[in-house]
Amino acid sequence: MNEYILIIHRDMISKDATPSPQQMQEAIKPFQDWIGGIAAQNKLVSPPKRWDGVGKVVKQNNVVTDGPYAEIKESVGGMVLIRANDYEEAAEIAKGCPVIKWGAVVEIRMALTAPTI
Amino acid sequence: MNGQTLLPNLFRTEYRNIVSVLSYSFGIKHIEVVEDIVSDTFLSATEDWSVKGTPENPRAWLYAVARNKIKNYIRRDSLFKKSISKEIMSNGERSEEFEIDLSEKNISDSQLAMIFTVCNPVNSSEAQIALALNILCGFGIQEIADAFLTNKEVIYKRINRAKEKLKEGAVPIRQPGADEIAKRLPNVLMTIYLVFSEGYYSTSQNTTLRKDFCQEAIRLNTLIIDNKSTDTPAAKALFALMCFHASRFDARENDQGETILYEDQDDSRWNKELITKGTYFLNVASVGEEVSRFHLEAGIAYWHTQKEDSLEKWSNILDLYNHLLVIEYSPVAALNRTYALSKVHGKSVAVVEAEKLKLTENPYYYSLLGNLHTGIDNAKAVQHFERAMKLTTSPANRVTITRNIERLRK
Repeated sequence: MNEYILIIHRDMISKDATPSPQQMQEAIKPFQDWIGGIAAQNKLVSPPKRWDGVGKVVKQNNVVTDGPYAEIKESVGGMVLIRANDYEEAAEIAKGCPVIKWGAVVEIRMALTAPTI
Repeated sequence: MNGQTLLPNLFRTEYRNIVSVLSYSFGIKHIEVVEDIVSDTFLSATEDWSVKGTPENPRAWLYAVARNKIKNYIRRDSLFKKSISKEIMSNGERSEEFEIDLSEKNISDSQLAMIFTVCNPVNSSEAQIALALNILCGFGIQEIADAFLTNKEVIYKRINRAKEKLKEGAVPIRQPGADEIAKRLPNVLMTIYLVFSEGYYSTSQNTTLRKDFCQEAIRLNTLIIDNKSTDTPAAKALFALMCFHASRFDARENDQGETILYEDQDDSRWNKELITKGTYFLNVASVGEEVSRFHLEAGIAYWHTQKEDSLEKWSNILDLYNHLLVIEYSPVAALNRTYALSKVHGKSVAVVEAEKLKLTENPYYYSLLGNLHTGIDNAKAVQHFERAMKLTTSPANRVTITRNIERLRK
C-alpha cells in the first residue's frame, strides 16, 4: 500500500465557472458519501480539510498577489490523502469525486517513501 | 430483606466504597493491604451474620468493623505505620485514632480519584477494563472471567500485572487537575464505554451479570457528570449513548434466552424513560466545538430509538457513520455504514460498496452481503450466509444466521 494525494482542481476564477456555486452546494452530500466510502475501506489517511477561496500567490521578486493560483484556470479546490495498492486503484477511487462531471479535474500523485538507511 | 441476596449486592457496593476511600488515603502502594482488610471485613460479616442474623444497619456494621481492622493493622504493623505516617500526621491526631472518612462526599471524591488512577494508559486497554471492573465496580475475578469467556487465572494475572504497573509508576491517587483531565478524560470515557460494551455485547449467558456491568458503567459515567470539572460534552454524549443502548436491554432476548434482532424487537419493551433521558443528555451535550466520537455514536443510537424506517432516519445514520469513519475506522462502523447506504441508495449501490470492504475474515461481512443479496439473488444470499455461519463463533449470531437462511428457503 502506498499513499496517494488526490488534488481536486477546479475553476475558481471565471464568472461562469463550473462547477458553479449552486453545483458545489449540491455536491456537499455526495462529497461526504464519497469520503465516507473511502473511509469505510480504511483507505483514508486523514480527515480532508476544506480550504477557503481567499488565497495568495508568491512569485519571484517578492511579488504577492491575491486569490488562488489561477494561471491555468484550474486552482486547487481541495485535497484528499488516501491509501491504495497502485495508481489504477487510486484512479478508481478518484472517479468517485462528485464534481468531475461539472468540469473539475482530479490530479493523482503517489507519495515517495523515505529511503531506509 | 432476603439475607442471601443482600450480602452479594452489599458486598459489591460497599467493597468498592471502602476500597476507594482507603486507597485514596494510603496510596496505590498499599492497594493489596487495603483489599485484604476489606475482604476480611466481609468475611467477618458472613461469619457473624450467618449466626446472629443481618444487623439493623448492615452498612454501619461493615464500616465500623473496617475501621477497627484498619486501626489494628496500623497499630501492629510498624512498617505500614511508617509508610503512611504522612497521612496520619496530616489528620492531626494520634496514629491510634486515625479515622477513615466514609461520608458520601469522601466516597465520591475517592471514587473519582480512583477512576483516573485505574484508567491510566500505562496499562493496556484490556487491563484497564479488568481493573475497573474489579476495583471500581467490585466484581470478583470469577465474574469477570465469566463475562470475558476466559478463566480465572488469566484475569487474576491480568489484574495483578496491572496493579504492579501502577505501583511501579507510583501513580498517585488524587483529584485530577485541569491538565490531567484534558489529557486523560478521553481515555477514561473510553474505558467506561468498554465496560458497558462488555456487558452489552458479551456472548456470556449470564444476563444478570451483563446487565450489572452496563449499570456500573452508567454509574461511573454519572460520577464523571456530577463533578463539574469532568462534566464535559463528551461525557454527556457517552451517557446519552449508554442510555439509548440500555433502553433495549430487555427487548433483546426472549424468554428462551435467544437474541432478538432489532427489526423483530417489540418496541413496547423499549424503556421509554431511558430514551427520554438519553435524548435530554444528547441535547445538552451538543454545545461547543467538540464533536467527539461519542456524539456521533449517540446520534446514531438516537435514530435507532425511532423504529420506523424512514429516509430521514437512514440519511442521518449514513451521515453520522460517514463522519465517524473519517474520525476513526472500524470494521463494525464500515459494515453498519454500508447497511445504512443500502437503506438510502438501494441494495444494488450498496452491494458494490460492500464488496470493496473486503472484510473476508469477518462473519458479519458475509451476513451483510447475504442481507444485501436477499431479494436480488437469493441463491447467492444463501451462499454468503453459509460462509458467515462457518466463520462465526458466537452462538447468538448462529441463531440469527440460521433464521436468515430459513427465511430465504421458505
